Amino acid sequence: MSALVRAEGVHKHFGRNHVLKGIDLSLDEGQVMCLVGPSGSGKSTFLRCVNHLETINRGRLWVDGELIGYRQSGEALHELNDKEVCRQRARIGMVFQSFNLFPHFTALENVVLGPCLVKKESKAAATAHAEELLRRVGLAEKLHSYPAKMSGGQQQRVAIARALAMRPRLMLFDEPTSALDPELVGEVLDVMRGLAREGMTMIVVTHEMAFAREVGDTLVFMDDGVVVESGDPREVLARPRHLRTQAFLSKVL
Amino acid sequence: MATGTVRTSRRPDADIKAIPVRRPWRWVATAVVLGLLALLLTSMVTNPRYRWEIVARYLLDGSVLNGLLLTLQFTAIAMVLGIALGVLFAVMRSSDNKVLSWTAAAYIWFFRGTPLLVQLIFWFNLSALYPTIQLGLPFGPTFATLDANTLITPFIAGVLGLALNEGAYMAEIVRAGIVSVPKGQLEAASSLGLSKSMTMRRIVLPQAMRVIIPPTGNNTIAMLKTSSLISVLAIPELLYSVQIIYGRNFQTIPLLLVASIWYLLATSILTSVQTRIERRFSPDRDPGASYGSRLRRNLAARRARVKEDR
Repeated sequence: MSALVRAEGVHKHFGRNHVLKGIDLSLDEGQVMCLVGPSGSGKSTFLRCVNHLETINRGRLWVDGELIGYRQSGEALHELNDKEVCRQRARIGMVFQSFNLFPHFTALENVVLGPCLVKKESKAAATAHAEELLRRVGLAEKLHSYPAKMSGGQQQRVAIARALAMRPRLMLFDEPTSALDPELVGEVLDVMRGLAREGMTMIVVTHEMAFAREVGDTLVFMDDGVVVESGDPREVLARPRHLRTQAFLSKVL
Repeated sequence: MATGTVRTSRRPDADIKAIPVRRPWRWVATAVVLGLLALLLTSMVTNPRYRWEIVARYLLDGSVLNGLLLTLQFTAIAMVLGIALGVLFAVMRSSDNKVLSWTAAAYIWFFRGTPLLVQLIFWFNLSALYPTIQLGLPFGPTFATLDANTLITPFIAGVLGLALNEGAYMAEIVRAGIVSVPKGQLEAASSLGLSKSMTMRRIVLPQAMRVIIPPTGNNTIAMLKTSSLISVLAIPELLYSVQIIYGRNFQTIPLLLVASIWYLLATSILTSVQTRIERRFSPDRDPGASYGSRLRRNLAARRARVKEDR
């Protein structure tokens, strides 16, 4: 069987700044992978490469058997056109650290927008699905609220519902709780825990080690653009093999 | 030193009612300004050279009203074309295509860098540079040849000058609006699979409007006054129509007052329209933030304080 996400020797430069130095990872369907590591280690950049928000400079990245951002014919790699990139992204949900809800739309409109515009679903069907999703993340009362009138935790739950509305094969979470007040972190993690239980394939960049230990199937520790070690979260967190992992974990645990 | 003292002696659990700090210089400044204003007003009433009776006679004069109408028309046409040009050049300016973005930059550089008066006279004299204007394919066949002298009427020269100049300013305003939308909004739209044009129409431009609308309103008001420059092309808009009249009867000051009254009235109306539109596009703003309501609130608070002091 082939993995849902597969990275082989992925490199990324920003100018002369070498951010990813050969990442090899793979993730099976229904699994949860947690990416941890110090800031600047490249974990967010890797996540952004998976849905082509960043283009990779070397290596290959596949999601669901499809090469991300390029089409290979023989030796040559062709850039995908805008339409093909949009089609690939529509199957990958992404949740951002700073929520990035559309401030001029209500919670419901935020969730309905993608299915209506991209998947051409009927307004009625999209609305029904959106209401169900918002109810599932515990926001049945906030359907018609604007983002500015919601707490950070509520906004992030709307953002998760917005991503789920596209019925993605894969969900990417980029530090989803880092911008939240401590007492609001739990409500967002609860929603993510529920998603993992239902079998959603997820890559989560996080600093929440307790969440990684409980929910993650794999924990990947990255530092300075490389994967230092990876494995079962309980194992890695309890008995880190590398000095860099030990040093990092001793600071955050 | 004047500081507020707090009367808490009688009931320490009562709400604090502090005596406000005295500000004597504020009263002095008020008195000086009021005195000067009174002087100005008396002179306006008593100085016979204002000739208010002539102002009154020409205020509703037919040619003055026609001039006002022409001014409003030029403002509207120049702004509509200017906004269209502005959006076009703002999008070109932010394009990845270097030829497009440099062309837009050159346009903005040229039209903002030369005086509007020079541009107007230039367009008016275009026929000296291009006596005939040919419609056809470049280096290919010609379909029609037009005489520039008949094509570039004063009206066309005026519209061209005002609109092309406005387009350069609007391009920068629209670009500032587009740039003001946070990058995260674009990324969120991309991650949902929205195309670039959908993102521009549904996500970026609606949010850019908050930044674009206030300066566009200011430019519309400025255009109403700037359009008086086309009087040099002998177009009988508001200024030139009063100039024609005082050229006959030599009542320069009263007729300039007539024009000023109409300009003030028109700009005041536009300002109030602008305030309303701005309020609509920022629903989260404090609704009681207008000057009038603030004044009323302050007066009410003052009356309440005076009552308490007694």
